[in-house]
Amino acid sequence: MFYRQAGDFKTTYRGDIQTFPLRQDRIAYYLMLAFAFLVVPFVINDYWASAVLIPFLILAIASLGLNILTGYCGLVSLGTGGFMAVGAYACYKLMTAFPDLNMMIVVLLAGFITAAVGLLFGIPSLRIKGFYLAVATLAAQFFLVWLFNKVPWFYNYSASGQINAPERTMLGFEVTGANAEPAVSYLFCLTILTVLALIARNLTRGRIGRSWMAIRDMDIAAEIIGVNPLKTKLSAFAVSSFYIGVAGALFFSVYLGAVEVGEVFGINQSFLILFMIIIGGLGSIFGSFAGAAFMVLMPVLLKNIMVGGLGWPTDIAAHIEFMVVGGLIVIFLIVEPHGLAQLWRVAKEKLLLWPFPH
Amino acid sequence: MSPQFLYTIEVMLNGLMAGVMYSLVALGFVLIFKASGIFNYAQGVMALFAAMTLVGIQNGQVPFAHLVNAVFGTNIHGFGWNLPALFAIILTLGVMILFAILVERLILKHLVNQEPIILFMATIGLAFFMEGFGDLMWGSDIKVLDVGIPSGGSLWLEDKTIGWAAEGSNYYGMYIDKLDIVATLVALLLVITLTLFSQYTKTGRALRAVADDHQAALSVGISLRRIWVIVWAISGFVALVAGIMWGAKSGVQFSLSLIALKALPVLILGGFTSIPGAIIGGLIIGVGEKLFEFTIGPLIGGATENWFAYVLALLFLVFRPQGLFGEKIIERV
Amino acid sequence: MGARAAAQSIDQGAELLRVDDISLSFGGVKALTDVSFDVLRGEVRAIIGPNGAGKSSMLNVINGFYHPQQGEVWFAGSQRRNPKPHNIAHQGIARTFQNIALFNGMSTLDNIMTGRFTHMKQNMLMQAFWRGPAEREEVQNREKVEEIIDFLEIQAIRKTPVGRLPYGLQKRVELGRALAAEPILLLLDEPMAGMNVEEKEDMSRFILDVKDEFGTTITLIEHDMGVVMDISDRVVVLDYGRKIGDGTPDEVRNDQAVIDAYLGVAHD
Repeated sequence: MFYRQAGDFKTTYRGDIQTFPLRQDRIAYYLMLAFAFLVVPFVINDYWASAVLIPFLILAIASLGLNILTGYCGLVSLGTGGFMAVGAYACYKLMTAFPDLNMMIVVLLAGFITAAVGLLFGIPSLRIKGFYLAVATLAAQFFLVWLFNKVPWFYNYSASGQINAPERTMLGFEVTGANAEPAVSYLFCLTILTVLALIARNLTRGRIGRSWMAIRDMDIAAEIIGVNPLKTKLSAFAVSSFYIGVAGALFFSVYLGAVEVGEVFGINQSFLILFMIIIGGLGSIFGSFAGAAFMVLMPVLLKNIMVGGLGWPTDIAAHIEFMVVGGLIVIFLIVEPHGLAQLWRVAKEKLLLWPFPH
Repeated sequence: MSPQFLYTIEVMLNGLMAGVMYSLVALGFVLIFKASGIFNYAQGVMALFAAMTLVGIQNGQVPFAHLVNAVFGTNIHGFGWNLPALFAIILTLGVMILFAILVERLILKHLVNQEPIILFMATIGLAFFMEGFGDLMWGSDIKVLDVGIPSGGSLWLEDKTIGWAAEGSNYYGMYIDKLDIVATLVALLLVITLTLFSQYTKTGRALRAVADDHQAALSVGISLRRIWVIVWAISGFVALVAGIMWGAKSGVQFSLSLIALKALPVLILGGFTSIPGAIIGGLIIGVGEKLFEFTIGPLIGGATENWFAYVLALLFLVFRPQGLFGEKIIERV
Repeated sequence: MGARAAAQSIDQGAELLRVDDISLSFGGVKALTDVSFDVLRGEVRAIIGPNGAGKSSMLNVINGFYHPQQGEVWFAGSQRRNPKPHNIAHQGIARTFQNIALFNGMSTLDNIMTGRFTHMKQNMLMQAFWRGPAEREEVQNREKVEEIIDFLEIQAIRKTPVGRLPYGLQKRVELGRALAAEPILLLLDEPMAGMNVEEKEDMSRFILDVKDEFGTTITLIEHDMGVVMDISDRVVVLDYGRKIGDGTPDEVRNDQAVIDAYLGVAHD
């Protein structure tokens, strides 16, 4: 009744292909953007920034990236952690080699470097599919982590083998390092996420996005309408790795500040991002956000209830978190393989008809 | 013979022994893959879970003791008994069979006819669940598993080989763990038993029928769901054996499930549906990674065992996607 | 001049495609043996034959999935040398499949839009930016696609995911996707398989309309003899991978070799 389609006519194809065809959706979207940019920075505090908001923003970028590869192009990757590590180490090397370089440029360059590495590991995807490819990406995961562990050049020969983010500024504000204001870090990540999400939306709704989905749904049919499988798969790998690299760079420089590669970018990180897109929704931009939010909030919530509320030891909370995550994955795959995004879509369809469903 | 040559042989033999372990886990993968087309990522965690359960039962641990203590403020830990190894193994086997039934009821039944990749991701979820569940049930500390398998270097072999090296060199004979020898024998026995089982029993024939063609098997009255329970139970058993061997060697801990991940490259080499392929693939990976670490490892910083298997598999995928024994696939349009 | 432009410049009734002495085998199993025939611009050319006669293999050779061990394929006056299927799409050849091969995760509209792939040129940077050239290109192609949607009378299912459509409509959407490429040569692999009489009539009408309105050359495989004889200009008959007949429907119908091998010897 209040949320409706009636009277919202489209007279041009341009109007029909916009991201939010319904006027009410558009208004809600602009309101949310305004809230995120204009209200949150003034009320943010350290706890919310470091426990929820900043990890959410960064992991949403990674999840967008993996969704492009897995959700849109149908190529399952278990190497996300390794590619995030590439972004992080590229960022570190650039930060230390060019101290005066603008942080935004550093992050983007780290993304491009990761895209190049992703291209390299994407080459086998021409010949192999499904979980064969998943195993091939495991090779990337383990090899990259080993490489950053073993070659001292990557961590500038530091004694601990860790990398630490030096203090860098953006427009005069400190973005990285111990003195960075949470509001600044938040806005920095939010800006990047917003732009990248828009680009992801644009890429997926046009020619390139359709060629990715065509390869995903029926590669033989895609070929006969002129889609070059190698070029298409590699472009998905490159774009996806760019996003994941940017996420890795931010995760290291803005969020953690110091990284030990095996702990932060190990195979569990790969799974975590994969779970985000399964729970959020494969092949959906909204799903990438929903999944990232879910996977960031759920552990915080569980921890608050079990450790903070009931006073259980943290290791028990951690075990139960594993069980909940694993169980949810199975449940989502059984009940709603298209994830939260589909639930949201169905809810909106119901709401359009409410209260007269016939 | 030069000591260098003898060392190389020793490395190869040790690699063979490690390979047997990989083969053992890969075997579990192959069984499930053949019967249900499911690529069971949780196989490694199943081995870990089986080993934890065995230790727990043997030492009389109270399941979920930590949780119970946290919730009710009690302080219980053990029943205070120690069960004989064999009895504990049989009880653990029972747990694994129960597990197989639950997996079929709660997961597989609902995912029939889904794409393989969805099933694969479901088993990743299952692996996470079981990891948390196992830790919650038995605690996450590193456990010592002792079911009476002899271990330590074989003195007999050292004595025999000490004289092989050239006169005057510092060679003290070959070092091979007795545990590895036992593991090899057990693996051999297991493969023979499984082969006999699938060749000569009715259930075995049904298994092979299902592996060949699901539809055809259904049409002659074989119950797919029963077959799934059986293969998951057998895989649970194989996981238990693998878990005992790995556990006895390096303690029952989380890394066990990661080592089991190595079964994936093994399968890419050996093919996903071939039991001999799994064995030979395992041996190649085992020997390959030990030799690589021994010869090239020192030049590039060591710890190459972490990735060697995967990169080898990657190369295989690029240049020979059908594996060592598979036939070239002709794609029908 | 590209192959597509070359094909476009060929006169009606002149040779568009010719296969010469094609032999194809899969590890010892012979699928095609010394098959030759031609397709003229603007005609409907049918390939018929019993199951396993090599009809689908022939289509797969024409659109580049299989590369024959022997023989030549000439398209628009030049010989092809083992091209990939996606190159062939750019030369102006489109096709449908015997078992529907739609993109099940997409709507009808997106499926047909994907068919416009070879006509869309904007690069990734422009697409990422969207406003301007990419959006203009999208709208222009959308107009073309809407013409096809009108032509096939599937306006109502424009935004329905194709997986939910009934079989007959899926076949129609697949035809739409092939038409969206504005092909010069359209290959149809059993376009009427599994359809009822009404649906077959619709599909026949669409095929003839495609030929008349767009001037598209059509090569099709079909089992329903009545339909084949009604809509084709010339027919090739294959049996066990060999060509046993070639000519107008009437000639083929009266060819003794064809009758023996395929239609069966008359009993009365």
